[in-house]
Amino acid sequence: MSGPISRGFRGLRRTPAGAEGRVPPGQYVTDDFPVLSAGPTPHTPLDQWTFSITQGGETEKSWTWGELQGLPAETVTRDIHCVTRWSKLDTEWRGVSVDTLLDQAGGDAPYVLAFCDGGYTTNLPIEDVTGGQAWVAFSYDGGPLESEHGGPARLLVPHLYFWKSAKWVRGLDLRDENEPGFWETYGYHMYGDPWKEQRYAGD
Amino acid sequence: MDALDGNAIGGLLIDAFSTEMTAASSTCGTCGAIRPVAELVVYRQAPGTVVRCRTCGSVLMVFVTVRGVICADLTGLASLSQPEPA
Amino acid sequence: MEGTAVRRRLTWQAATVTSLTRETASVVTIELDPPDWPGHRAGQHLDVRLTAEDGYIAERSYSIASAPGEPLAITVERLENGEVSPYLTQELRAGDELELRGPIGGYFVWGPGDRSPLLLLAGGSGVVPLRSILQDRSRTGSDAPARLLYSARTLADVIYRDELDRYHDGAEVIYTLTRAQPPGWTGHSGRVDAALLAQVAWPAGASPLAFVCGPTNFVEAVAAGLVDLGYPPERVKTERFGATGGR
Repeated sequence: MSGPISRGFRGLRRTPAGAEGRVPPGQYVTDDFPVLSAGPTPHTPLDQWTFSITQGGETEKSWTWGELQGLPAETVTRDIHCVTRWSKLDTEWRGVSVDTLLDQAGGDAPYVLAFCDGGYTTNLPIEDVTGGQAWVAFSYDGGPLESEHGGPARLLVPHLYFWKSAKWVRGLDLRDENEPGFWETYGYHMYGDPWKEQRYAGD
Repeated sequence: MDALDGNAIGGLLIDAFSTEMTAASSTCGTCGAIRPVAELVVYRQAPGTVVRCRTCGSVLMVFVTVRGVICADLTGLASLSQPEPA
Repeated sequence: MEGTAVRRRLTWQAATVTSLTRETASVVTIELDPPDWPGHRAGQHLDVRLTAEDGYIAERSYSIASAPGEPLAITVERLENGEVSPYLTQELRAGDELELRGPIGGYFVWGPGDRSPLLLLAGGSGVVPLRSILQDRSRTGSDAPARLLYSARTLADVIYRDELDRYHDGAEVIYTLTRAQPPGWTGHSGRVDAALLAQVAWPAGASPLAFVCGPTNFVEAVAAGLVDLGYPPERVKTERFGATGGR
């Protein structure tokens, strides 16, 4: 569904040498870091911010900002892939592993629903946010995570499309059912593996 | 990143509804605010287009294009109306 | 009839670029010759679609700068990290084809049948659709009193300056420069505020019609200011271009 070629138009994309095998199908690499949002940027003051693990209406464990900062944190470098087709390679993040948070909270369930300031949600199987695959990230590229990119903290799950890396995350709700979150409700894939190009429900 | 308004999705609305819709009157299903679609708050830089009430921020419309089909979720609206063509 | 008119707007068509005119250091007006243009109303916009050789597609909306009856033209501001605007303002040449569809818009529109006192408020490149309205008013001999309040960073950033300075037929143009003023500047300085609005706006009792266009922050501050002056919200039409004043 496209028209005549626009002479000389390339956009902002590039195909870097050595990136073969790192770019999932249908993606292009960008040096930019596009800001995508479904709503206004929330601004919860840090002295009111908490991250919680909840289940069945109960809070299993909650951390204040200070308490989160006191937990062991990791610096990781990962490629990220947005369903809108841009990929960004070698992005550096610092955060607390979700394994650490779940271990301290106890409780168990097959799925989690991440919930965020502003009402955004996204669903994931618990095995995709454990085993060193997910973080609550508060630093990007060596500095504090900017609010437009999800600061003070966002979920980081780089092996799935980046809509699963929920911005302004405030907690994970442990669930028995895989209930669709915001974009999943509107037609996006429940799982979102970029290597299988699972963009939309039914892919 | 600032939000736009309903003017920015004039083309999308024609694609979805086969008619000009920016002057249509919308009623928010959450707070009851009545506004032309052109005055709603629009977030386009996303996996889909999200249209919110300017008064209470509730999601009124979400448009996602899935495999060439425009899916419009209007469940946040109480109503949408515009005059019949002359 | 109605169905046919809408179907033509839905269709993409390849228009030939007939000329490019540099308006300011970062702004270019592109004149277009589409094969099947149905005409438009002042204030409307069109969508542009670019396709790269590998099939990558980018789409943007641009306000129509030309008045009904003039050769179709859009005015584009080059955005610093833009994807489409650098191409349109620096790469595109006369003779190239540009895919477009339109006209689009039924809310932010003006027609010469409306005789209300007209108040146009432009922030930066928000002046583009307002220029279309002013030109339409002039070309149709409308006697509706009109004022344009145009907020720009510097005098060099004012688009259509020569043309705007030439309006004498009951259309008044007032500038305010927000970042720097030339030596001897006797016009306004700084952002549009309540005092300047009170000075420039037609009294609410005259049943004026206002069009506000520009960056989101500008539009929201000015629209709120007009409502504070007693303008009914439905008499203040708004079009937001986003943070950087373009798309």
